[in-house]
Amino acid sequence: MIRARIRKQFPPGPESAGFSLDIDLQAGKGITVLFGPSGAGKTLTLDSIAGFIRPDEGRILLDDQILFDGAAGVHLAPQARRCGYVFQNYALFPHMTLRKNLEFAAERIPRLERHRKVNEMLEKFHLSEVSGRRPRELSGGQKQRCSIARALIGAPRLLLLDEPARGLDPPLRAELYSLLRQVRDDFDMPVLLVTHDLEECFQLADEMIVIREGRVVQSGPPRKIFEQPANVDIARLLGVFNLLPVEIRALDPSRNTSRLRYEDFELTGPYFPGRLIGDRAWLCIRPDQLSAKPRNGHPGFNEVPMRLVRVIEKPERLRLEFAGDVVVDVEPHSFENYSSVKDWVVEFPNAGLRIL
Amino acid sequence: MPIDWFPLWLSLRVATISTAIALAGGLWLAWIMSNYQFRGKEILDAAVTLPLVLPPTVLGYYLLVVLGRNSPLGQLYEWAFGQPLVFTWQAAVVAALFHSTPLLVKSARAAFESVDRSYERAARNLGASELRLFWRVTLPLARRSILAAAALAFARSLGDFGVTLMIAGNIPGRTQTVAIAIYDAVEAGNGAAARVLVLILSAVALLVLSLANRLTTNPFGPRHSAI
Repeated sequence: MIRARIRKQFPPGPESAGFSLDIDLQAGKGITVLFGPSGAGKTLTLDSIAGFIRPDEGRILLDDQILFDGAAGVHLAPQARRCGYVFQNYALFPHMTLRKNLEFAAERIPRLERHRKVNEMLEKFHLSEVSGRRPRELSGGQKQRCSIARALIGAPRLLLLDEPARGLDPPLRAELYSLLRQVRDDFDMPVLLVTHDLEECFQLADEMIVIREGRVVQSGPPRKIFEQPANVDIARLLGVFNLLPVEIRALDPSRNTSRLRYEDFELTGPYFPGRLIGDRAWLCIRPDQLSAKPRNGHPGFNEVPMRLVRVIEKPERLRLEFAGDVVVDVEPHSFENYSSVKDWVVEFPNAGLRIL
Repeated sequence: MPIDWFPLWLSLRVATISTAIALAGGLWLAWIMSNYQFRGKEILDAAVTLPLVLPPTVLGYYLLVVLGRNSPLGQLYEWAFGQPLVFTWQAAVVAALFHSTPLLVKSARAAFESVDRSYERAARNLGASELRLFWRVTLPLARRSILAAAALAFARSLGDFGVTLMIAGNIPGRTQTVAIAIYDAVEAGNGAAARVLVLILSAVALLVLSLANRLTTNPFGPRHSAI
């Protein structure tokens, strides 16, 4: 179990604005993903836990050992923390062979056992055949596996990974994900993984911690965060929602309905507890929850006329972009006959409407 | 007219020894300055650079004061080695040292700083002590740039004139280095000897510098010139 409560102020530099990191998180066994945009402070959090950065105040606790305690003046050297770290650029020593890289990391293991352990890790990560090569002679996937093996060989109590899938092709990503799931099952320790890739979150995360502007804004299982983002900023971060400004015009708890005003149109949704008539809110809806058809006469129930701006091809569907930043995903065959039509109506589901 | 080759050999010997000493002392100074933040770092940095900008006579004067026969250091040396330091070829080594160390420290520091920080972080993260990190990671990765720095320091030591003259003197056959011998030859109207020594010295320096430049195309790090 890792528990970190850290604060650090980075003063503004000549090329950077000031930044304040104020993180409070804990993670148990399994993979915990730190999700957030670049510059949110995810890597700084990992670096603080690994001991490369000294926070101004707070406390970092790994199992029952204090790694950092601002008040007590404890700041263990990185050497003493036993946190495996997989760096973004792998940081394999370029002048050593792959085997030497592992041996360097296994220096604390007695000599006889070290040899056995290195062989075991090479075997486990399918690297035996290339163990005599230097990093620049390896493929991206091999480098990736080697950096994970190197981080694990010293039996760390925590594994930190900084965007491990960055720069890998989709097949290699899939391979990495299954490798990491295996690591999670074989090594009994917390794994903290930094990413800004939502897909990676869903592939790997047991728990997800959303970080924005140096702060933890939401945490929980990824499915839950995806279904119920805590606020409009998080929904924006997830980047998969239409967010439309609406005003609540009517609320009827007895019939479980509400009426929302979007631009000049009225939509019917479910009752929103805790909201008042006149509130302004954001309607939050995924592109696949909407449907679209060419406009034909007056718009019907929960339909809003919109003008098609652009069509984006996706592998399995088409994404229609309408004026007002509304996007709708449709099946390609349902669009085929209407590719020249510009005036459409977008239909909003009645029950599935959520506001933030 | 026969040419006295002693000054050339003396200069090569002085430059070799002073480069070796500069490496031993300069490398750890450069390592400390590239890796740690401490009070007075700016002053230390300036002090190391000072010999590069001071006139040789000023430097020579300081050294005479600090290492002369009446100074504590000079007496200590005399007690330990049975002879005074000043006006010996060993003094020429000291003179060369003060000329080459600043250059070596500066280039070695740049070399250490050009090693990607993530390797050092990785080494620390994997439990390596600072000493092991230095020997096994930073030094091998900066190896070529360090060799280039040493070559530069060597070339620089080879050419010292003013400081050597002030503390080692100009004793033919004992402390006369090649730079001083050239001056002497010109003064004495011995143009042929001066020409030969000038050409040889230039060739050696050119060779060493081109070697330094070849070394700085580091296969592990970003390209940067030694000068």
